[in-house]
Formats: sequence, structure tokens, C-alpha cells
Amino acid sequence: MNEEQTTDYAIKLDIFEGPLDLLLYLIKKNEIDIYNIPIALVTEQYLHYLNIIKSLNLDLAGEYLVMAATLIHIKSRMLLPVPEELSDEQSEDDPRFELIKQLLEYQTFKEAAAGLGKRPLLERDVFVRSATMPAEIEKSDTEEEELIEVSIFELIEAFHNLVSRIDKNELLEIDLEKMSITDIINDVMERLTREKNLTFDELIGEKRSRRSVIYTFLAILELIKLRMIKAYQTSAFGVIRVFPAVE
Amino acid sequence: MENIKAIIEALVLVSETPLALEKICAVLAEVEKSQVQEALDKLIAEYEDRQSGICLQEVAGGYQFRTRVELANWVKKLRVSKPASLSPASLETLAIVAYRQPIVKAEIESIRGVDVSAPLRGLLDKKLVRIVGRKDVPGKPMIYGTTRKFLEVFNLKDLSELPTLRELKELNQSQESDDTIPLQENIEDVPSL
Repeated sequence: MNEEQTTDYAIKLDIFEGPLDLLLYLIKKNEIDIYNIPIALVTEQYLHYLNIIKSLNLDLAGEYLVMAATLIHIKSRMLLPVPEELSDEQSEDDPRFELIKQLLEYQTFKEAAAGLGKRPLLERDVFVRSATMPAEIEKSDTEEEELIEVSIFELIEAFHNLVSRIDKNELLEIDLEKMSITDIINDVMERLTREKNLTFDELIGEKRSRRSVIYTFLAILELIKLRMIKAYQTSAFGVIRVFPAVE
Repeated sequence: MENIKAIIEALVLVSETPLALEKICAVLAEVEKSQVQEALDKLIAEYEDRQSGICLQEVAGGYQFRTRVELANWVKKLRVSKPASLSPASLETLAIVAYRQPIVKAEIESIRGVDVSAPLRGLLDKKLVRIVGRKDVPGKPMIYGTTRKFLEVFNLKDLSELPTLRELKELNQSQESDDTIPLQENIEDVPSL
């Protein structure tokens, strides 16, 4: 193995997506028939690559070592004589069969992935009319709004938006105001029964202290968990509206 | 109603996401579904004939105006935002989920031969893949599937528009008696998105 070849390997190393990818590369490079892999040759080259990876002090993923063991195991099985009566059903008993199957399957998906990548991708090849941030939805429109359910992540995002709006200085104050989640839960439920539905912003109210925002948020999460209220959103990043679960 | 085509055109324009045929029909209540479809097809053809900058396309179970592929470079000059690119690892993982859904992580890993935690998380963040449930086996692993956004991003009408996996099919046919090979899951089995 001369110097030049070693360098060549080193350059190509980072392009491998895993042991199967490396094996496919070796098969292509040696122009081997995938259905009839010369296991001794492939094993030798594969181990050679592992040595290079090691010599470069790169992290060797465990999967590469498992594959090395598999290759050596297959190679050793290939050396054993096949019993006469079984030699006809070659494909079933070929120790390479499992590996070939795996390689073919991986190759198929590698091609499928390349096919996907070539499609006209949104925001890369094709574009749609860019959506502007939806304006605050008028409360009177509620009846016509088409509601979609919000996930916990969107709720957390809304919470995050609110917190970021709070005046940072307030953090320095020592707040002795006593608040309990139970109080807030009662307050939220009371307001909801009165108002029928409220937006997340409205529920937090004008006070906007970090503590009240957090407590209200926790109260809303608790109420959702208890199935006392439901949260809906009209569109992505839209206003989150909270309803009492039972009218 | 004399100008169904114009109405449909307006509806598609104002719709933020691909507009489903059913929704158009709901607006045009007096018009037969077949007539709506006919008008849509005509509209698509008109945009095609005119060689205009936009085309009306069927994606993710609806209709949407999209820019023509050849004009991508011009549009990009106007846009500041960079498209979220997918690494080969993400693309392979996505392809496996798309073709084999519903699928658990261990199955994806057995095909790719490597850990897929990172690309899978990336795909979940990009909302191309979603958790569709938990498999009723020890450990209750999450089951993954593709999202509507996946169809939108990859310009697909529905999952059946994915090209068939040629080689995989051949492999399965040659091993028909061997049940150890997981046959390509019927795309119809995928829970509706």
C-alpha cells in the first residue's frame, strides 16, 4: 500500500454514512457483483479502512467494529465445506446471504434518498407566496375561526414569547407577593366561565410579572392535563385561544 | 355561475396552505365536484400554456401556486432566508421513514447500519417526520411517519406519488418464499396524514 493510496482513503473517509456505505463503496470501487461478493478481498480492504480511521485518531463508531466481526465470521464460514445434500440451495445457505440482503436494502434506500434530494424542493427550487405573520385575530371573529389543536410545544413557545417581552429589570425586584397555582387555576376557570374563551395573552393579563406569567402558564398546563380546558390555535404562530372543556 | 375558474384561482391564491378540492367544493356549493375538477385542470393547463412564472400544482392533497422550477435562481436573489438543507444522513433516514412508515427507530437503524438519533431529531424539528404512536412491544418504541409538510416540501401529491423501490421489489420477488425479508409495506396502510 503506497502513500498516495492512503491519502486517497483519508480524503474519502468522512463521506461514509456507516459501515454499509463503506462496504458499498468497496464493492463499487472493485467493480464487484453485489450478489457474489469475494468476502476475503472485501474483508481485507474493510479492515484496512478501519486501521486508517484508527490511525487518524477518529472516533470509530461501534457499528464499524460489528461489521468487521460479521465479515470475519462470514469469511470463516465460507472456508468450511458445505454438506453435499445442501449445496444445491445455495442462496439460502450462503453465509453472505444476510449481508447481501442488507446491502441491497441499504443501496435501495440510498438511491431513494438521492431521488428525494433531486425533487423540486420547496424553498430551494420552488417557492410559494410568502406568508406574512398573521395579524392579531379579532375576538369577534371567533365563530368563523377554524380551530386547530395546539401541541404542548406551541404552548411552551407562546410562553417563551411572553417571557421574552417582560421587562428584564423586574428580575431584580424581590417579590413578596404570595401566589399559588390553585388560586390562579380558580381565577382562570372563573374568567373562562364568564368570558367563554380567552387568548393566552389575555389570560396572562396586564400584570406581566415573570412570576405571574409562569404561574398562569403552569395553571393552564395543569388545567389541560385535568381536561378542564382546551387550547386551540387558528394557524401556525397564531393566537392560542383557551376554552373551558365543558360549556 | 359563469366563472368557476376565476373563483377557484382566487381561492387558491388566498389560501396559505395547499387548498383541498373538498374546500373548493364547499365554497362552490352549487357546482358539481366533477365540474370543479374540470375547471382546476383547465386552470393548470392555462398556466402551463402561458409559460408564466407561476404554476398551479397539486401538492399534499391540495392545490397551490408555486414558482416555476427554472426560476429558482431569480427568486433566491430576492429571498434572504436560506433553505434548510438536509444532510445525506437526514435524507437517507427520511427516505426510509417515507417508504417504510409506520416504522420504529430500531428498524431504520437496521437498514442504515448506524445510529439515527441525530438525523431523526433533526427531521422531527423540521416537522418532516412526526411521531404517530407507540409500538406495542417491550419498551414501547415510538413509531414514526412522514408529515403533510413532507409532501409540501418534496412536491408530492400524496405518498403514492413516491417512486417505487425497484430493486427492493426485485429482491423480494426472488425471495418470495423467504418471510424473513420485510416486504415493502403497503403505502395504503399508512395512517392518513
